[in-house]
Amino acid sequence: MQTKRTIFPNKALPYLLLAPQLAITSVFFFWPAGQAIWQSFLREDAFGFKTTFVGLANYTALLSDPNYMSSLQVTAVFSVCVAVLSLGVALALAVAVDRLIRGASAYTTLLLWPYAVAPAIAGVLWWFLFNPTIGILPYMMEMVGYDWDHSLNSTDAMILVIIAASWKQISYNFIFFLAGLQSIPMSLKEAAAIDGAGPFKRFFTITLPLLSPTSFFLMVVNVVYAMFDTFGIIHATTEGGPAQSTNILVYKVYSDGFIGLNLGSSAAQSVILMAIVIVLTFIQFRYVERRVAY
Amino acid sequence: MASLVAAATLAGTSTFAFAATEITWWHAMGGELGAKLEGVANAYNASQSDYKIVPVYKGSYAETLTAAIAAFRAGQQPHIVQVFEVGTGTMMAAKGAVYPVYQLMKDAGEDFDPKAFLPSVVGYYTDTEGNMLSMPFNSSTPVMYYNKNVFTKAGLDPNTPPKTWEDVEAFSKKIMESGAAKCGFTTGWVSWVQTENFSAWHNQQIGTLENGFGGLKTELTFNNPLVAKHWGNLKTWQDAGIFQYGGKGGGNDAPPKFYSQECAMYMNSSASRAGVLANAKDFEVGISMLPHYADVKPQNSIIGGATLWVLQGKADAEYKGVADFFSYLSSPEVQAQWHQDTGYLPITQAAYELSKQQGFYEKNPGADVSIKQITLNAPTANSKGLRFGSYVQIRDIIDEEFQQVLSGAKTADVALNDLVKRGNALLREFEAANAN
Repeated sequence: MQTKRTIFPNKALPYLLLAPQLAITSVFFFWPAGQAIWQSFLREDAFGFKTTFVGLANYTALLSDPNYMSSLQVTAVFSVCVAVLSLGVALALAVAVDRLIRGASAYTTLLLWPYAVAPAIAGVLWWFLFNPTIGILPYMMEMVGYDWDHSLNSTDAMILVIIAASWKQISYNFIFFLAGLQSIPMSLKEAAAIDGAGPFKRFFTITLPLLSPTSFFLMVVNVVYAMFDTFGIIHATTEGGPAQSTNILVYKVYSDGFIGLNLGSSAAQSVILMAIVIVLTFIQFRYVERRVAY
Repeated sequence: MASLVAAATLAGTSTFAFAATEITWWHAMGGELGAKLEGVANAYNASQSDYKIVPVYKGSYAETLTAAIAAFRAGQQPHIVQVFEVGTGTMMAAKGAVYPVYQLMKDAGEDFDPKAFLPSVVGYYTDTEGNMLSMPFNSSTPVMYYNKNVFTKAGLDPNTPPKTWEDVEAFSKKIMESGAAKCGFTTGWVSWVQTENFSAWHNQQIGTLENGFGGLKTELTFNNPLVAKHWGNLKTWQDAGIFQYGGKGGGNDAPPKFYSQECAMYMNSSASRAGVLANAKDFEVGISMLPHYADVKPQNSIIGGATLWVLQGKADAEYKGVADFFSYLSSPEVQAQWHQDTGYLPITQAAYELSKQQGFYEKNPGADVSIKQITLNAPTANSKGLRFGSYVQIRDIIDEEFQQVLSGAKTADVALNDLVKRGNALLREFEAANAN
């Protein structure tokens, strides 16, 4: 592996070039993150009159709270399902479009549309489709004997938010997969075909490995998406219910902090969430990226 | 005029120096109620030229409260904020943020007599010394609406609504068997109607220390046999199709079930009256008191809705305007009109008397059920209301545990024990954050 070191003859220039980025990162990340860490050690009343330093009390309270533990679990299930579903479907669609000779651009455009939809709108849209009282899907499911009710049934609610969150992300994944597929040289696949490899063999031994940089990038993006960007979808569909069964961590930060006004606990949750994402990203780059061939 | 100019300059408002002093009023009334509220503000603005009330819609009650707190922390608070009754504990604990209404009226030299207000309303918003802290505005209490046409179709007397829960069950069965409607009843606000008001109506304690009126060291006591029986029954009735769940919080899915004549009975705030009558296009609506269990004598229901809180940190001249507006707001004419337009309770005796004189109740049968129900008996320690810290979150817990009962994940007993345990943890947290 080649070294990535570059030598700058001018000592000040690299720092100068980095300065704007560092300034932005400090103002918009380090400063608020530092505040969150500080606030997570405090107990404050809603109006901010009385502030007491309570050390790790907010953390110990969280870690002994079964609701927080279940929120962790819910987040894990949700993130993995969204990532797997949206990556899987996007890849299938990309492969299908890649094989098309005519009309590929029309399909691409159509498949991209959902990405332009705001998360809250996507949430409302699926909420309407699945609404037990007025929705069309529960009506159809009732005909085959399934009584859909995401306002009471935790599994139904989880399925709803996973579908709504994945639906939006499929477009994004699709366009990257398609670009990745189209950059794979035709000659490789043709050579394999001449050697007698069938379409499945060609896909798993040539296409998929060559897509690994794209897949890795998308995996990181999708996990971050599922953990943070799905806030609007949760808010518009289930609001974390029923009985907190779709209350993912980022939504819990909001509901405890902004609705419940428990600022200390909310800050502690943000810090834990930040730590989880740092660890996840580290693992991804440390262990998964090694398997990626660029 | 000189003082006005000074006031406007002092406040640093961007208004033209000779214009009226602006007073911001954050509220949570959307839709039809919002339009009525704007009407009240406009009428006041037209009645004098010194002050201008500017109402601003801030979303749901919870959102309005949160917005006001965030604004206060940022020094951008409105003069007046509408806070729902379960936010009372939070506001009362915020001593430095709130300008108590009794103090405001005294400082501004306005006539103000707390005894003019209905006792069941005023008790909610006074401190232990009997000082009124916020201005009652829109207080309501849950009642039962029922579909008279469906009752007739099912062979029931449309003028005899069910009195007891046993009746509700029997009537529902009859309605469903006769095919007059698909479901017996639905409800908005499971927390407020089927838990808190249910408790008060049956004279059951909601929490210790007089339901939290006595201080911060209070504990919830929802896990009593009667509430457990009721929640258990609701689950049984849901399984039988007699009861349909309308969702958490306000229960947004409940009203359509009643409007579309799917459910024959519907329990919700008396302030839903305008909406119910507007949406009941093909049928006649009856209004009656909440049902009670046959072996219990009903006590009195408790209020919901909101009051107006004044926030600290504005110029004296502006507070004079707030006080002047409050005097206008509590005048019998304004209150009676508001009550008649919306279905909220007439909050003063005078407004109630005026409505009677005007013959409003003869023309609108059922409009007085709410006030009769809330004043049915003198309130006991169990039925004068409730005041707990973090109660907005506790309401969420009530919803969550009730959902667990309906989905069959927990029995009513287990759910109520968990509810009390989780709620008490929040109360302790609130106590620690607000102890002196």
